[in-house]
Amino acid sequence: MTATVQPPVDVQAPYGPSAPPALPVIELVDVGKVYRSGSLEVTALSDVSLRIEEGEFVAVTGPSGSGKSTLMHILGCLDVPTAGVFRLAGHDVQALDEDQLADVRNAFIGFVFQQFNLLAYLPAWRNVELPLIYASVRPAERRRRSLAALATVGLADRAEHKPGELSGGQQQRVAIARALVTEPGMILADEPTGNLDSVSSADVLELLYELHRDGRTVVLITHEPDVARRAERLIQIRDGRVWAVGDEEAERQADADTADIDQPAGA
Amino acid sequence: MNWRDTFRTARDAVRTHRLRSALTMLGILIGISAVVLTVGLGEGAKAKVQDDINSLGTNLLVISPGSSTDSSGVRGGFGSASTLTRQDATALATPGVAPDIQTVAAVSTTSAELVHGTTNWRTTLTGTSPNWQVARSRQVASGRFITSANEADAAAVVVLGPDTAQQLFGTTDAVGQTVTYNGVTLQVVGVLDALSSSEAASNNDLAIVPTSTYAQRLVGGATRETVSSIYVKATSSHTLSAAYQEANALLLNTHGIATAANADFSIATAQSVLSTASSVDDTLTVMLGGIAVISLLVGGIGVMNIMLVSVTERIREIGLRKALGGRPRVIRRQFLVEASMLGLAGGVLGVGLGLAVALILPTVSGSRVIISIPAALAAIAVAIVIALGFGVYPASRAARLAPIDALRNE
Repeated sequence: MTATVQPPVDVQAPYGPSAPPALPVIELVDVGKVYRSGSLEVTALSDVSLRIEEGEFVAVTGPSGSGKSTLMHILGCLDVPTAGVFRLAGHDVQALDEDQLADVRNAFIGFVFQQFNLLAYLPAWRNVELPLIYASVRPAERRRRSLAALATVGLADRAEHKPGELSGGQQQRVAIARALVTEPGMILADEPTGNLDSVSSADVLELLYELHRDGRTVVLITHEPDVARRAERLIQIRDGRVWAVGDEEAERQADADTADIDQPAGA
Repeated sequence: MNWRDTFRTARDAVRTHRLRSALTMLGILIGISAVVLTVGLGEGAKAKVQDDINSLGTNLLVISPGSSTDSSGVRGGFGSASTLTRQDATALATPGVAPDIQTVAAVSTTSAELVHGTTNWRTTLTGTSPNWQVARSRQVASGRFITSANEADAAAVVVLGPDTAQQLFGTTDAVGQTVTYNGVTLQVVGVLDALSSSEAASNNDLAIVPTSTYAQRLVGGATRETVSSIYVKATSSHTLSAAYQEANALLLNTHGIATAANADFSIATAQSVLSTASSVDDTLTVMLGGIAVISLLVGGIGVMNIMLVSVTERIREIGLRKALGGRPRVIRRQFLVEASMLGLAGGVLGVGLGLAVALILPTVSGSRVIISIPAALAAIAVAIVIALGFGVYPASRAARLAPIDALRNE
């Protein structure tokens, strides 16, 4: 740590006591994550506290190795914290077993990945219907909702195309349709523009922004400041800690600090 | 996720990875077709033995002359002396003595050359009584069998085996024609029906004359009273062992032998004659079956191997499915269903291949193959069970994968 690094900022501060009474979608209290491999312990996250309210568009940003991927895994219920409390829509996630975690992911979270993660052998609409299969929705209803989600992302005419027949931007929009189709409490996008050219990137970001405007909660994880700026709130992760929230000045300051932080803090 | 969706998902995955699915199936396919063929060959061999037994008659006993001890104490081997006589046959046939014996036919045989015109044919000349036809369950194709009247008159008549008639007379009807043996002209009164080709040739190539004719006019000499064998027919196949006991006791008694071990005759059932042959077939069946089971095992290991590759290769897909809400048990079930689909396909194709070979094999090697539908269905079930059994480990591995590790995989 160098002298120029600023102390962590309490992310709850902007909301604090005057926060709306409704349950936040996400609530993290002093969350930490330590990876153990043999005798080696790597601290990926420590003392992270934050709240994300319904309808927010939040960007989580930080350099690679900052711990933002770990945070994303915890937010997505793909991994559980080793310390602190994580509540998702009021549910204590630590108390859930593997099956319940799968159900929570299915019902509350819509994932958008950097690699799209579409199944190449299924046409677009059948990729979109996947989460509904695990939710045991009836086939006719699945098809109807999948086509509606594809229409939302502007790909109604590409429903029968396989991923290989679509451009990168279109594939990511199919992935967004898949994230939308269960009407989740939160859309969690992990570097959604990482594999796209600038035109497609703008396209996808615009789509996420529209979803936010329609009232959906969107959490965007990115290392690109330009992408993060589209969000209405910014959460900066450095060395496994939250550094700045919603403050562009602080963000710029943090960007300047990046040069000093050359030791990744974790996964 | 319901079963229909699980099956659809598994079907899509199997279809998508065609080459891999085909290779997985191949192991099962070869194993199953090997099993089906082995069982088919075994059944075929058994059926052949059963046919042989049936054609001899399932309630037939054959008494052969056995070892004997002469007056100077020299013991001869089985067949070295003809210890059976016409009197033995008469004793066995005496009403009331052996209630489970239906009929008795003593047989004397010698190798004889029959002549018709310019044609010679060496066959087995058999002197016996009219009862022979009943004891051996044979029919005449044309003419009639020898009669009691022929027996009483020592008539110069002969009944020919179908092969013998064919050799001597070709396609012309033998009945009414004559053959000559040892200067005696015999009139052909009948021709026997042919037995199936799987039978020993001696069943179809023989010449039957009345016992009296055989002993007094044709062969004579020292063999006058002794016989080559006595056929005893039990009243039914259920009373066969009773008839065996009666014949054995009676002959030991009339021959004055105290211990059965010293018996100078032997009694064989058609079953016991052929059981040696069938036990050889059983050994072969077990050996082939072992090979088939090994090939099934190898097929199963192939399934496991390729499914493990499949799990590794589809690690991202598994991660995605888990991230989207697939519970571990649903993931496991999907892979198990995939495995059993491959097993089913391999089993069905394996049975198909087995059937195809079963159709070709008899024309190539002459072995009979019998494929039963229950055995084929069982083979398919076994294929599914094997694929499932060897699919459990890969499927559990897929189910245990952590979604982040799976998604992170490049």
